[in-house]
Amino acid sequence: MSSQDITARSAPRTHRKLPAEVNILLVLIGIALVFEILGWIFQGQSFLLSWNRLKIMILQVSVIGIIAVGVTQVIISGGIDLSSGSVVGAVAMVAMSFAQVSTYARAVYPALTDLPMILPLLIGLAFGALVGLINGWLIAYTKIPPFIATLGTMVTVRGFAKWYTKGQPISFPTEGFAWIGSGMMPVVIFILVAAIFHVAMKYTRYGKFTYAIGANAQAARVSGIDVERHLVKVYVIAAMLAALAGMVVAARGQTAQAGMGLAYELDAIAMAVIGGVSLNGGRGSILGTAIGMIIFGVIISGFTFLRLDAYYQEMIKGAIVVAAVVADVHRQRKRRKTS
Amino acid sequence: MVSPRTAAAIDRVHAAIDREGVLSITGIRKEFPGVLALDDVQLRIRPGTVHALMGENGAGKSTLMKIIAGVYQPDAGEIRLRGQVVALRSPLDALEQGISMIHQELALMNWMTVAENIWIRREPKNRWGLIDHAKMAQMTADLFARLNIRLDPRAQVSELTVAQKQMVEIAKAVSHNSDVLIMDEPTSALTEREVDHLFAIIRDLRQRGIGIVYITHKMNELFEIADEFTVFRDGKYVGTHNAKDVTRDDIIRMMVGREITNMFPKVDCPIGDTILEVRNLTLPGVFHDVSFTLRRGEILGLAGLVGSKRSNVAEALFGVTPAESGEILIDNQPVTIATPAQAMAHGMAFLTEDRKETGCFLTLDCLENIQSALITRSHVKYGFVQQAAVTRLAEDMARTLRVKTPNLQETVENLSGGNQQKLLIARWLLTKPRILILDEPTRGIDVGAKSEIHRLITELAAQGVAVLMISSELPEVLGMSDRIMVMHEGHVSGFLDRAEADQVKIMSLAAK
Repeated sequence: MSSQDITARSAPRTHRKLPAEVNILLVLIGIALVFEILGWIFQGQSFLLSWNRLKIMILQVSVIGIIAVGVTQVIISGGIDLSSGSVVGAVAMVAMSFAQVSTYARAVYPALTDLPMILPLLIGLAFGALVGLINGWLIAYTKIPPFIATLGTMVTVRGFAKWYTKGQPISFPTEGFAWIGSGMMPVVIFILVAAIFHVAMKYTRYGKFTYAIGANAQAARVSGIDVERHLVKVYVIAAMLAALAGMVVAARGQTAQAGMGLAYELDAIAMAVIGGVSLNGGRGSILGTAIGMIIFGVIISGFTFLRLDAYYQEMIKGAIVVAAVVADVHRQRKRRKTS
Repeated sequence: MVSPRTAAAIDRVHAAIDREGVLSITGIRKEFPGVLALDDVQLRIRPGTVHALMGENGAGKSTLMKIIAGVYQPDAGEIRLRGQVVALRSPLDALEQGISMIHQELALMNWMTVAENIWIRREPKNRWGLIDHAKMAQMTADLFARLNIRLDPRAQVSELTVAQKQMVEIAKAVSHNSDVLIMDEPTSALTEREVDHLFAIIRDLRQRGIGIVYITHKMNELFEIADEFTVFRDGKYVGTHNAKDVTRDDIIRMMVGREITNMFPKVDCPIGDTILEVRNLTLPGVFHDVSFTLRRGEILGLAGLVGSKRSNVAEALFGVTPAESGEILIDNQPVTIATPAQAMAHGMAFLTEDRKETGCFLTLDCLENIQSALITRSHVKYGFVQQAAVTRLAEDMARTLRVKTPNLQETVENLSGGNQQKLLIARWLLTKPRILILDEPTRGIDVGAKSEIHRLITELAAQGVAVLMISSELPEVLGMSDRIMVMHEGHVSGFLDRAEADQVKIMSLAAK
């Protein structure tokens, strides 16, 4: 070997790795193309070239997408949040009860009707924050595993939603409140939320601390980060985003039921995991989750398009989530071997 | 009655055991990524003897024991058990071939009874194939009677004291009727009376012809219980002797006697005023009455063996696990340090011992790893990190420390140990510390990176930074320190000046 070879080899590599999101984007394109081909074979029409279909698809997933943004930062911090689906149900009920019109005779709070839409919105967000505070406090200070803590609040908050009106649905919101769920508003809200948290996770101290805690909580503590306080913030934000999603769902349907948002937490976690967020914490991004959300939407809308039975859809959905986690574990193991 | 041929075979085995010992290993080599843990090591255990293994931290004792217990596979070498060459593929394999190990970390199942723990996988069954608890309790009681242990076989392990758990571990190992019993620092959690009991058990086992390997740091135990001893140093075999034939100083010399090369760039620099004073710092059960002072520009080395609780003192100073009593004074003012953030506010920085566990954010890139401490205190406006300025600082620091990485966007898990260590040092230097606590600053990194880090520490001291450096490598402590504090089991056992310190003096303070 000549000395030239040696210098060539020891010279620093200038090649920069592509961001991880590119791989997920490729998966999305691949899946979309598979449905496109299957569409021509079985339905004799294009899957992608239907503006209406794409619109419905994105509308379907963006409510859960709002939750997925909150869940993403929880998973990056090394935790998990199972309570978001229940928060959706409970906040839908609570917010709706403060958003009813006076023309409806049997309002929950007859004295509190025709309120400006900002009030039910704030009440809903405050309720979400309270649940998040409980989650965060349990996890950060009593040190119980996030899975157990949020499983507990998931059941309790769902119970609260049912108790709130003894199971009765709440309907007839003001026009102002209904507006936040109308038309393409859910998509607009999702894009706003995703953009804000994309910036927050990448450029603010809040984001940096979240990644640091998820990567190595012990090292984060030694670096001077107040790990406990930060974790409380992370769970509060996650629950507030679930609360926002709950109000969008209620406003869109112009009615709230205690059972709303059932299993949304699992779909939200699935979107994050498909989007490359590692369940071990410290790895992933909002952008990845957004792509994961679209993959999720394409799969569901693709199955409907192919007229696949809804029962099959659910079974396949479960398998996809497991496959995404297996892929994540596999990536980790490969990394460990090379390092 | 045995046939003549069998009898002859038995005789041959006995002859082999007398000649080679019940366990004899030769030419063992074990390499871990970047470290040669054992290099051509030998050991021979005679039946009916207690054989002590001695050596400094990192001499290779524990690695060798894990090879004998089947936990690790050697890269080269031969293990003979009762004269036969054997391969020990797993801990279970070793156990079935007659080698039991009592681990340093107790490996009992807390929520099961004493008897269940001892007879696991070997539970006596009744005629329906279910576990016969009465018989199991009786077997345990018999075993305990033989070993003179007073414990209820039906007690739940989680309710026992550490010493009682240790006894259960020993009984479990004995119950396998092994020929070789390995004990890794069995007395570290025992009181004096319990140690006496343990020694009585060991003498009894010795009488039954069992070969006992006994790892310890404690010199007096060696003389009390051991028949023979073998010393390792830096993964190499130094020698085997009869315990009767040597003195304490002989052993210490064997343990430390390596050449001190002139690789340490320590230059004398002016030492300033006292910046840190610690008075009677105590965390009950961990360390007691630790007092010392540290001055500007001074490097105070902190030496001690495993279990001396050096790192715990460092963690207490930095607020990771605060002490319960005692005083910390900075610039002659008493201060409260309950969290790392408070320690940093006083100008302290702490490079932890375990890079992977408490140092690096392995999944994040170099830049995030370098800036994590800095942005807890500064360079943040309205919640946004002033990234351009921070990146510039981080790049300058990485260049100064000669971190080898293509760019700061590289994920840290892809870097070598030495470069990871430099990143962590860069993290702390960015906070401009006045007091720098370094716990094993050069552990597990190659020689080149090591001397660069040594040079850096010296330069920092010359700039007036006060350095507290914990190290298990005596040459490093001797080569770098202005003064050396030695700890032994949670107490400060003495101070040595640079001029008077040598390896033998440090070891005799550390080993007591």
